[in-house]
Amino acid sequence: MFELLSQPAPDGGTYGKWLLSGLTWTMALAIAGWAIAFAVGVAIGTGRCLSGRTIPAICRVYVEIFRNIPLLVQMFLWYFVLPELLPPNLGDWLKQLAPPWGNFLPAVLCLGLYTASRVAEQVRAGIEALPPGQKEAAIALGLHPRHVQYYVIVPQALRLLIPSLTSEVMGIYKNTSVALTIGVMELTAQARQISEMTFQTFPAFAAVTITYLVLALIVWAGMTWLEHHLAAPTSTACDPRPVFLPPVKEENR
Amino acid sequence: MNNFDVSFILDSLPYLLKGLQFSLILTAVAFSCGIALGTILALLVHLRVPVLGLIAKTYVALIRSIPLIMVLFWFFFLVPLFLGWLSGASRPVPVGATWTAFITFALFEAAYYCEIIRVGLRAVPKGQFEAAAALSLNPCATYLHVILPQVFRATVPIILTQTIILFQDTSLVYVLSLTDLLGAASKLAQISGRLTEFYLTIALIYLVICFGASQLVWRLRKKTKLQ
Repeated sequence: MFELLSQPAPDGGTYGKWLLSGLTWTMALAIAGWAIAFAVGVAIGTGRCLSGRTIPAICRVYVEIFRNIPLLVQMFLWYFVLPELLPPNLGDWLKQLAPPWGNFLPAVLCLGLYTASRVAEQVRAGIEALPPGQKEAAIALGLHPRHVQYYVIVPQALRLLIPSLTSEVMGIYKNTSVALTIGVMELTAQARQISEMTFQTFPAFAAVTITYLVLALIVWAGMTWLEHHLAAPTSTACDPRPVFLPPVKEENR
Repeated sequence: MNNFDVSFILDSLPYLLKGLQFSLILTAVAFSCGIALGTILALLVHLRVPVLGLIAKTYVALIRSIPLIMVLFWFFFLVPLFLGWLSGASRPVPVGATWTAFITFALFEAAYYCEIIRVGLRAVPKGQFEAAAALSLNPCATYLHVILPQVFRATVPIILTQTIILFQDTSLVYVLSLTDLLGAASKLAQISGRLTEFYLTIALIYLVICFGASQLVWRLRKKTKLQ
């Protein structure tokens, strides 16, 4: 069924190579997008739980805006609308970026900042799920408010969160396909292009679907490993053995 | 940016609203069919029905691992083939983009609703099943009158949140060139060249609808939590 992939394509390569190039773009979008989403999401999510009014309010506005506009519409806003709103020379620079980057850059920013709003909500839920004693104990030890978050609250919340972050990682790699609407030649776009060139729709779609399934499996396995690897020593949900300390041996006592 | 022209938007408002109407109808149909099918799938998995349960499980896992756009393309291509095979015709029966959208969204969302309902089913205390059995209710009545009402009441906030996501996802029918809210805006934007105005307007419409709906869900969640 997949002989199609070894057939020569009009550009001199094979259709298998087209698929690989699509996979590369999908992975690049997912990884770079996730890096943005994780960094911004943790910052915004922590910001929502700080005391005071201004910072939580700003973070809330961010989350509501990015969560309540469809990803595809956001994609168009980044690609078509942003260059018009920027100062002319910056907008023109964006529009004149060399072909793959001119589409890739808005797509990554869009995916990253959209997913960040979802990560932020998970982080907030994780922080709120922590017993209040954690924060109180950290304050009682005289930690600086910044260190309370950095050393006590966020590391614990993130561990609790790994299962829900797994679904966000799954989400971002699926959402990379939306980038095809602004011309990024990722996997789904390649599937459509190959099927249009060869009229062999079934093998082209099947190959891409299998690739997506394998990616999903890898993400799932990776996150499960991470969950076990990073489990907090006190957490009973996972492996109860302490992970960070070597097992105490009899003769050391 | 050249001056923001509101008159374009006002003139084309009826067309945009027609697009919005399509988005809402698609959401409603996908919601009702998705819930019905999702409940059946969840029950098949929950009751460990031989063969069918496994098929349901595989279906849900499969659909949840591929992007919606890919699923839309699959159905756009597969449904005509399937109908052709079903009716014994030698050629695929074209179904058109609108039908593809309705069928795909219903089947796609069913997988997501199934996951929610399945988790809800698992959370029902065992005593409920035992009490129903003690009252000598048959399995059908047990699920229909005892278990499922509790599951739906417990999962309503999650189901509604998923429905808001579904409403946002309907914008993806853009890839089938349908005229939903986004499709209407992009057609008008391309004719008039006023991309900024049109895309910002519909972003605002989506924002207002989804934010309003999520606030309602949040209130509902708070209300059900208190009881």
